[in-house]
Amino acid sequence: MKAPRFSYVRAESLEQVFELLKQYGEDARILAGGQSLIPTLNMRLSQPAILIDINRLDMLKGISAGDGAVRIGALARHAEVAESPVIAARLPLIAAAMPHVAHVAVRNRGTFGGSVALADPAAEMPACVLALGGTLVVAGARGRREIAAEDFFRGLYETAREPDEILVEVRVPTEAPGTVSVFLELAQRHGDFAIAGLACHARIEGDTVADARLVYFASEDRPRLAKGAMAALAGKAWNDGTRAAVIGALTDDLDPMTNLDGGAAMKLHLQRVLTGRALDAAVAQARAA
Amino acid sequence: MTMNTEDTAEITCTVNGERVTRTVRVRQHLVDFLRGELQLTGSHLGCEHGICGACSVRVGGVVVRGCLMLAVQADGAEIVTIEGLTDSEEVADLQENFVARNALQCGFCTPGMLMTAAELLASGRPASREQIREFLSGNFCRCTGYHAIVDAVEATLRQRLEG
Repeated sequence: MKAPRFSYVRAESLEQVFELLKQYGEDARILAGGQSLIPTLNMRLSQPAILIDINRLDMLKGISAGDGAVRIGALARHAEVAESPVIAARLPLIAAAMPHVAHVAVRNRGTFGGSVALADPAAEMPACVLALGGTLVVAGARGRREIAAEDFFRGLYETAREPDEILVEVRVPTEAPGTVSVFLELAQRHGDFAIAGLACHARIEGDTVADARLVYFASEDRPRLAKGAMAALAGKAWNDGTRAAVIGALTDDLDPMTNLDGGAAMKLHLQRVLTGRALDAAVAQARAA
Repeated sequence: MTMNTEDTAEITCTVNGERVTRTVRVRQHLVDFLRGELQLTGSHLGCEHGICGACSVRVGGVVVRGCLMLAVQADGAEIVTIEGLTDSEEVADLQENFVARNALQCGFCTPGMLMTAAELLASGRPASREQIREFLSGNFCRCTGYHAIVDAVEATLRQRLEG
């Protein structure tokens, strides 16, 4: 179908974006890569009064390594993140997840910040940012705020960003030496929306999982940190007993949604299968290192 | 062109090497502009929400979904459609291999397939059949079952790397 009528502004400065967001609030949509927004317009699932195109705002671009963290500008394209040597060297979890993000033409245009700000429950980048304990930087006329990933994702497409704010950058701590990352996802067709997925970041010493962060996505309404499973893992050797305890804890950690891909019970099952695979891979990766 | 609360805006872009200036409706997507305003009907419109890949065009040197970009966003951009790609002979070898391998039947997906495969070929890197499939995974074909398309891309890649 064709998009409904809307006004369009190509923003020339962040101040202009702040002003328009203040003026239009929830009737405005920020147009970054547009790879999720424009389909909803074409299908008339959303009817914003105005699109604020931020594609020419250079201050939102780029990827750079700083003191112990990587700054990913909100407008960094997925393809740019995928090919970035900074990401490959410092954030292997994100590098591993990137090939699962849609298809080449979408990665060429879609943005890292757009994915995080939209908070689609099946998206890979929100899960990675949460698994690595990233910080989201939002800005508006009232100033800048830094929000921990734990506090940012609030529900289905719901985040802690206020309607008069824009996500400007994401800061992700460099993965520490001695840690490993595994990213697994199940989808009907490679690149399609995930049915179940897991971002795992762990410190493994010998056969013992010193600590691990497990973030599940696609089955839940938001990327979810599995605190029960993480507690069942911490300080334990990875063996059949630990596997059973971790997989058992997921019953309380997860609250899978039923959708066209399958029911809640099937999704819980798939997440359990992925958990076993991810930790097998993490232990193997640590051993090989 | 910055602020526009009207329904239309004037854009200037380069399409297949030619500079064009037009007034577009701000809600019009790029492929409707290319097909309707410039009569470049080689870019096909299938699903119109970014799933099928039939509308793939090259913008700023990379392949994108033409239905997921507004025409107004193309102001200042360099666009290449299947017409321009064909005229430049960049994929003449690929097109020959598509014919030789029966990599198309109805032909609706073919322009998008060629636009996407062109990016893989231009990288100059070798790719396995699996990697070719993954690269083309965002382009639907409902006729061929993909096998012949992968054959054609693989053959072209091999010829280029050996050539």
